[in-house]
Amino acid sequence: MTVTFLILAALTLAGTVAAMAMRNLIHCVLALTLGFAGLAALYLLLGAQFVGFTQVLVYVGAVAILAVFVIMMTQSAGPAMQPIFSSFWMTGSVVAAAVFVVLAWAICRSGFASQVLPPPVEAAVHPIGDALMHGYVLPLEIMGLLLTAAMIGAVVLAMHEKRRTP
Amino acid sequence: MTLSMFQAIDQIDQIFVTSQHRLVSDLPAEFQSISSAILSVIAIVLVFALLFAITTVLERKGLGRMQNRYGPNRVGPCGFFQPLADGVKSLTKEDLVPRTADQLVHFLAPVLLVMAAFLAYAVLPVGRNMVLVNLNAGVLYFFAVGSLVELAVFMAGWSSRNKYSLLGAMRAIAQMISYEVPLVLASIVVIMAAGSLSTVSIVDMQASYTGIWPHWFVFTPWGFAGFALFMIAATAESNRSPFDLPEGESEIIAGYYIEYSGFKFALFFLGEYLGMFATSAMAITLFLGGWAAPFSFLTWIPSYLWFFAKLVLLILIFIWIRGTLPRLRMDQLMSFAWQFMLPMTLLNLFVAGVWHFMPAGIVRWLVCIALLVAPAILLSRSLKQGKKFAVRHYRFAE
Amino acid sequence: MFGEGILKGLAETARNFFGSYVSKDRLTTVQFPEQRLPQIEAARNFPFLVYDGEDWQQGMRCVSCFICEKECPPKCIFIEKSTDKKPDAVGKPQFYPKVFNIDVSVCMSCQICVEVCPFDAIKMDVAFEHSTNNRFAGLLWDKKELAKPNEYYRQIHPIEAAAVDAALAEERAKVAAKAKAAADAKAAAIAAAAASTSVEVATEK
Repeated sequence: MTVTFLILAALTLAGTVAAMAMRNLIHCVLALTLGFAGLAALYLLLGAQFVGFTQVLVYVGAVAILAVFVIMMTQSAGPAMQPIFSSFWMTGSVVAAAVFVVLAWAICRSGFASQVLPPPVEAAVHPIGDALMHGYVLPLEIMGLLLTAAMIGAVVLAMHEKRRTP
Repeated sequence: MTLSMFQAIDQIDQIFVTSQHRLVSDLPAEFQSISSAILSVIAIVLVFALLFAITTVLERKGLGRMQNRYGPNRVGPCGFFQPLADGVKSLTKEDLVPRTADQLVHFLAPVLLVMAAFLAYAVLPVGRNMVLVNLNAGVLYFFAVGSLVELAVFMAGWSSRNKYSLLGAMRAIAQMISYEVPLVLASIVVIMAAGSLSTVSIVDMQASYTGIWPHWFVFTPWGFAGFALFMIAATAESNRSPFDLPEGESEIIAGYYIEYSGFKFALFFLGEYLGMFATSAMAITLFLGGWAAPFSFLTWIPSYLWFFAKLVLLILIFIWIRGTLPRLRMDQLMSFAWQFMLPMTLLNLFVAGVWHFMPAGIVRWLVCIALLVAPAILLSRSLKQGKKFAVRHYRFAE
Repeated sequence: MFGEGILKGLAETARNFFGSYVSKDRLTTVQFPEQRLPQIEAARNFPFLVYDGEDWQQGMRCVSCFICEKECPPKCIFIEKSTDKKPDAVGKPQFYPKVFNIDVSVCMSCQICVEVCPFDAIKMDVAFEHSTNNRFAGLLWDKKELAKPNEYYRQIHPIEAAAVDAALAEERAKVAAKAKAAADAKAAAIAAAAASTSVEVATEK
């Protein structure tokens, strides 16, 4: 619990809370990006350079931009008119509390909290690459195949339909 | 050469490193690392801002000469103090913010842009032992902070509430995302060869010699192709001509920074040039041996001088290309990225693998060159064949 | 070969770049405040009022006929007629403008005032380096600011001025001849009258 951790945690929380509370959707995405960046900094604080930088590259660089584009292409200008709290807020908070209780109970039961943590190791890029290319090469390939299939599907959906001449 | 001469050369080479150590050694131990980091940051900010100033005047004079003009020649000797005058002008100009603009985002965009541009310099080794942080995943860090630029560009374009700025931002983001793929893929060949993501060890691998010849990655078939592809993608990433559609003065005025004036406009300019320097420096680090001398008998020249000489050379090439090539059309830009750059970078990855597993010798060279050149020619031929060059007809413009 | 056009273009710009340092005639830029191109005859900017002789008020050709004021498309000319008369360029007694103002912020340099002026009194100037720090009064030029000597006109538009001078000289000669004829006739009449009276006197005697 260092000062750095506290600052980064506060930043991440502030970003995500603002993403939920703000009215303008673009502002929400920008606030969410702040949350992503804070998360990346937390990874870095834990010594996971590769994960941290990948988080920035993927989430800040691509996902946020994607979200922004989707919002701008689907939604008309101006903030939405409905109230910030939906009418189901009671139900929602009950469900959220239930999920939290179950998760917390599971974590406490697992004996994770009482475990003595090993000293953190510098997670270098090399072991990650080794693991991906040797131990987990099949899952990696399957993921790649799946993503390629998804991309081809998206391209097919977005393609202009050629007018068929009889 | 005597031993003392070697020592003297080494001292000159390491003069900045040793003087930094000497400066911070008097401080108490807990402040030493932070103060040395602050010193390095100040040095980076000053040096590259100065390089920006020099580049602007060089670019304007060079472009002028290419068009048979004089270029700026009024302020100072031969106009070389022009950046000073420009700086004073942009500082004293009124800072206009459109009334309908999103004030906070409009303010944050140039700050984020310049910040992201400066962050990239943290992992660039500008000389022997002269790098701010030797990160384990240095190249990945470089591309990660590079992707922040896109966000800054979007913020600028969206918050201005101007159709031209939004158009410019859309173009810029589409272009940057498209060209980031070949940029990263082109640099992966070097990472494969070096077996490391650390910029320092990549440069160290290239800083040895066979006879007088250096071991730069550009002197291999895949390295040369990778360098060429990397530089094309870098041109597009830094919005330089001929890929300057996001700014396109003649069509969307200045793109995403149309609504910025005064010093914020200058910040955008600064960020753009810093991005160009950073990607050029990355190309030097990956392919051109970083701070290493081009011949073994020239190693007595300090390493940082070599680095900046290479950087200035690449900048001059950028200026030369800007003075020559016209701007692409949007569809040309996109099809070039996805139909030519992407297949070629993927092929280059394959060629790098072939090079790695084949025994050294002339056969390896021939096979790799053939594997690169033949598909490149075939690809460009087939792309050209699909095009019909005819008089275009427009629905509304006629 | 692909990329050939790019290489050709790069060679061309490189040739321009180095050539501009070698041959000076490549650089066509005129370094303006120090170097100036000669003005062409037909150059024009804003109108001015021509005067003959030394005194700008006495020699002013304008007779305040109001034609230019009426014809001016943007209505930038304002004239007030005098109550007394003075001799004009050819020597006839005429009115002269008490006030003659041109608002150069409105003037569009169309030269119509010059076309319609029957007295060759208003002509187009070529001076273009004007500046003022008062955007209202500084741009409203009065009679004194507008008055320029005929020598200046000859200098900036030599061919045109020669023609105008010739026409005016002819006119002046005509007027002078007429005046002389009138004077002669008058003198003759006086002489005749004097003669006749003397004759009468003589006959009376």
